[in-house]
Amino acid sequence: MMVDVQKMEQLADNLAAQEEVVGRSLFADARRRFFKNKAAVVSLILLCGVFLFSTFGHMIAVWSNEEIDWGILGQIAELGAPSIENGHYFGADELGRDLFARVVQGTQISLMVGIIGALIAVVVGTLYGAIAGYSGGKVDNVMMRIVDILQSIPYMFVLILLLVVFGRSIFMLFVGIGLISWLDMSRIARGQTLTLKNKEFVEAAIATGVKPITIILRHIVPNLLGVVVVYSTLLVPQMILTESFISFLGLGVQEPNTSWGAMIAEGAGTMQYGTLWQLAFPMFFFIITLFSFFFIGDGLRDALDPKDR
Amino acid sequence: MSTKEPILSVRDMRVEFKIKKQNALPWHQPDILRAVKGVSFDLAEGETLGIVGESGCGKSTLARAIIRMIPSQGGEVFWQGRDLMKMNEKDLLGIRKEIQMIFQDPLASLNPRLTAGQIIAEPLKTHHPNTSKDEVKKQVRELMEKVGLSARMINRYPHEFSGGQCQRIGIARALITNPKLIICDEPVSALDVSVQAQVVNLLMDLQKELGLSLLFIAHDLSVVKHISNRIMVLEFGDIAEIGEAHDVIHNPQSPYTKELINAVPIPDPIAERKRIAERRALEAKA
Amino acid sequence: MALLDIQNLRITYDTPDGVVEAVRNVNLQIDKGETLAIVGESGSGKSQTAFATMGLLPHNAQVSGSIKYQGQEIIGLSHEEMNKLRSNEIAMIFQDPMTSLNPYLRISDQMAETLIYNSPDGKRMKKKDAIAECVRMLEAVKIPNAKNRIHLYPHEFSGGMRQRVMIAMSLLCRPKLLIADEPTTALDVTVQARIMDLLVELQEEFHMAIVLITHNLGIVAGSCERTMVMYKGEVMEQGSTVDIFGKPSHPYTQGLLSAVPRLDQDEERLVTLDRSFETPMAEG
Repeated sequence: MMVDVQKMEQLADNLAAQEEVVGRSLFADARRRFFKNKAAVVSLILLCGVFLFSTFGHMIAVWSNEEIDWGILGQIAELGAPSIENGHYFGADELGRDLFARVVQGTQISLMVGIIGALIAVVVGTLYGAIAGYSGGKVDNVMMRIVDILQSIPYMFVLILLLVVFGRSIFMLFVGIGLISWLDMSRIARGQTLTLKNKEFVEAAIATGVKPITIILRHIVPNLLGVVVVYSTLLVPQMILTESFISFLGLGVQEPNTSWGAMIAEGAGTMQYGTLWQLAFPMFFFIITLFSFFFIGDGLRDALDPKDR
Repeated sequence: MSTKEPILSVRDMRVEFKIKKQNALPWHQPDILRAVKGVSFDLAEGETLGIVGESGCGKSTLARAIIRMIPSQGGEVFWQGRDLMKMNEKDLLGIRKEIQMIFQDPLASLNPRLTAGQIIAEPLKTHHPNTSKDEVKKQVRELMEKVGLSARMINRYPHEFSGGQCQRIGIARALITNPKLIICDEPVSALDVSVQAQVVNLLMDLQKELGLSLLFIAHDLSVVKHISNRIMVLEFGDIAEIGEAHDVIHNPQSPYTKELINAVPIPDPIAERKRIAERRALEAKA
Repeated sequence: MALLDIQNLRITYDTPDGVVEAVRNVNLQIDKGETLAIVGESGSGKSQTAFATMGLLPHNAQVSGSIKYQGQEIIGLSHEEMNKLRSNEIAMIFQDPMTSLNPYLRISDQMAETLIYNSPDGKRMKKKDAIAECVRMLEAVKIPNAKNRIHLYPHEFSGGMRQRVMIAMSLLCRPKLLIADEPTTALDVTVQARIMDLLVELQEEFHMAIVLITHNLGIVAGSCERTMVMYKGEVMEQGSTVDIFGKPSHPYTQGLLSAVPRLDQDEERLVTLDRSFETPMAEG
């Protein structure tokens, strides 16, 4: 009986000896679980829709974002409502510009701010935190105290100061947001690194003499990614909110550029004239995007740590 | 004891840890925990030295200090006549190729994001970075077969293997640089008994075939007795006893070794119950 | 009538990958004051069987069959009834005593809580009396200087002492059945020997039945009258410990026994388990 089993196994092995079995990585597993989460998948589709809208929206637009429709200027409340016939799908804003084209433009800028801000946070924060955590001792102490100091400065104040002193530009906005966005991330990455550092596979790498930088990049960072990815999906909306708030204050994105925050500010200002669409459309995209990111973050967390539920 | 020149000799090894007291202010002197208090021993080529002791006796600390994974506070370690403790990083890297390690938790000792092939290849890539991709793959496949894994599994991830298979991957990783010494830190204590027997047999076969020396750290005396030529018993960072395996088990000299041996249960109801009765009678007298 | 009578127990889990059968067709009886060992490797279903008896299985588990405690069916009991049973009749101790103790509460508070809220006669005990009773219990499990030590926090005890505290805690309500799930696996051998001695002594003192769940064949040989061997959710064989160790009838038990190196014998080579007794289906 035993001999037969062995023989059969050997035969099977010989047959497939050349053919390597494809492994299923943890990410592949997570992907499978993620796509079973309905809320996350719907959010992902919505978010893709918003992306497509921001990239290809201007192709559908009849009006450009800078043209002023002189025909309706001054009678926005009566003639500027959303309509298919005159090409203002989302209506017009207070200056007679096409709101559809403006929302496309605002979406581009807001998403860019959110994604670039989060990207800085992910790259800088993860590496900074991983290096601090892995090095430990004095290096860790100095690196983390720098983070403490940066974090103890009231950043909204600094951001506003930056924008006032160096002029209001999108570039300055990126600099300001980039400066602060990675701080929390570096703390999270450091904490995770501290627990990973004591794992036996890191010890094994140290014992064979793998260089510290290789250990960080090959053994620590890939294992941080789960937490980092989840946190960055929550960071994107946070960045968008920050930008919106600054733009709402009138310090962020300047005309003729616009963002969701700026548009919502304008829309809120003209609410009492009966032009509610000026508030509703930017708000709609804003909320859809934030919710999508939150649900995707939730889905990712469940997919990456199935045991935590 | 063989008369061969020892491959590894450790002299008066000491390891201390500083422990910060709770709520201590920065200028307070920390407490000092002496984890290893002056341990000396020799290991011959092709020999297995078992290191036993209870948790906290410093057996894992000793092993890590020998290969300078953690700093030590004194002592010398001669590897083929050269003192490891006085070596610079570059020379040490050359030695790391010759001393490899196997860990306790089979799954935790493998990076979950890498495939079995990548894990096994890592030491090779570290020490021979110019090896061609095909050559690396060839060697990895050979080793996988040698430790009893199908080479077809080269692209699988650790979580797709069982505990025993994961430990085989760990063994393959330790073997790929053709080391002379392997430090096994509780390599079978996380495994089921049936799997444990397979891994112990594999280690013994490999040792015979490749002429390896083993430092076999474990808390399970029966396993250590089975695999070791000599046994060293550690008690709170000190050597309680060191000697030929058979002598240490059947004729223990130190009271601590006696206590350890008496506490190990024997899977035989009649013998075990007799032993327990004897132990109780002894305790009642004392 | 048996104290605990399990018939045709089957436990399945609904997982995203389909239904997984953790335990199937388990039958076992324990009489008053008896010691039964459930031996098996990881994944054999030995802990699952115990958890089912305690009503501690996770929500996605489905249990069928029958578990009768003193003639009363346990499966399907309400939460309150199960709690009552757990606090007064059946106690359980776990592998890692640290995870079963709340690190933020003193031992005295944790132990007294059991008595104050679950006292056997239904009345609330005064805190002072409860603590006095707890001290008596700690003395029973041979914790030196129990009177002062009861006010310490869990992390101030060593692993062995913590396990003693857990045992004392489980004995407070004078259970008739104690389920010990790998009680010594996390402990050193010398401590293990003392804990096993203690359990045997306490069993005589309190007239409890003990179910000892373990993978360690040595401690089974020393202290259990009957043994049940489980593998992959099924019972391989059960009978008196002397018979099972002396002349095991099932190939799995034989393999298991010969795979363990023994301190009192010199074996040339360990015998590895021959799994040919498994049906090809089960190998999956």
